[in-house]
Amino acid sequence: MSNEKKPIDDKKEGLLSRRYFLEVIGAGAIGMAAVGSVVLSGTYLAPNVVKEPPTKFKAGPAENYPPGSVTLDKEQKVFIVRAKEGYFYALSAVCTHLGCITNWKPEEGIVACPCHGSKFDREGAKIDGPAPRSLPRFAMSLDDQGQLVIDKSITVGDDVTLKV
Amino acid sequence: MKKYLEALYRTQVWRSMFRHGLPESNRTRAETVFYNFFLHVHPTKVRKRSVKFTYTWGLGGLSAGLFIVLTLTGALLMLYYRPSVQQAYWDMKDLQFVVSSGQFLRNMHRWAAHAMVAIVFLHMLRVFYTGSYRPPKEFNWVIGVILLVVTILLSYTGYLLPWDQLAFWGISVGTNMVRAVPFGLGDKVSFLLLGGNMVGENALVRFYVLHCFIIPVAAMVLMGIHFWRVRKDGGV
Repeated sequence: MSNEKKPIDDKKEGLLSRRYFLEVIGAGAIGMAAVGSVVLSGTYLAPNVVKEPPTKFKAGPAENYPPGSVTLDKEQKVFIVRAKEGYFYALSAVCTHLGCITNWKPEEGIVACPCHGSKFDREGAKIDGPAPRSLPRFAMSLDDQGQLVIDKSITVGDDVTLKV
Repeated sequence: MKKYLEALYRTQVWRSMFRHGLPESNRTRAETVFYNFFLHVHPTKVRKRSVKFTYTWGLGGLSAGLFIVLTLTGALLMLYYRPSVQQAYWDMKDLQFVVSSGQFLRNMHRWAAHAMVAIVFLHMLRVFYTGSYRPPKEFNWVIGVILLVVTILLSYTGYLLPWDQLAFWGISVGTNMVRAVPFGLGDKVSFLLLGGNMVGENALVRFYVLHCFIIPVAAMVLMGIHFWRVRKDGGV
């Protein structure tokens, strides 16, 4: 019986060596586990439920707002404006620059941001920067009990008003 | 006296801690630095030029020292501070007016934090002006720049924790800046940082965890590498 060793040829054409095959399988498994853990950690970091106040809220009956008034709802960060002619609109009080809450200045008749000095008129149009845009206007309606309802998830054009 | 000290040096307890003789020869002086955990951040031999105080102004060491002060005072503040919307502000006020030495510890943490940002920045300037970023030390400069960013992040995440008006609007403005990142990434990053769309309970807890654990651990790892490379390059 011949005891000659056959030379081990790793580079047989079209064939992987056992070592290379196992290396690829092992590295592949570790790679998949690594990608999986990154993906899982990423999805873990983004909360599925956020306990934030609802975007739709009631702002009381229309009689609470005298004509020509600008009222800030601090909780909801919205100005409820009743124009002199009697129609309503709801203006975002969140500055379009970096998200500070703006204030109504009745003596000057403007909306001003305390953080970086942006100015808007009572229609929400930008007067002075650094704010890049005017204040958006939110959808407003009247429910069957005569209460004003504002939905902050819907922005409307700057000509949309609510006639009460 | 000398007799008692010599007896102490011969005890097994002493010999087990310090396995070399007193630093009386060059060899034992080198061993004293080399075999001591706390001293071995220094090289056994230092060039005379680089120990000159006006070369480094001790700014790196001061930054590291402030980091230790901040870790110790921060750990003590954690005993009274609870990161919740209901309690955070009042816990901070309790630390100021009710807890013994609370005001002192809080102010120490606060001033050390301000000082660390300033001194890390000055350290960077010093390294720039002495040209210490040049090869072969380019990579340590890069780590140093990351450490500057980490220092600023520590300062910024700590800013929210008192939960007062300044904190709230500071973080509102900062995370709104993040929203300016293009390709829709800004909104995502801001959402992840705040754990929501506004600065609230989730944001407070996230900033607390970042401030007290994640960023300090990152800083310690980076500092380890930074000091090790300084030592290998023959710095103090």
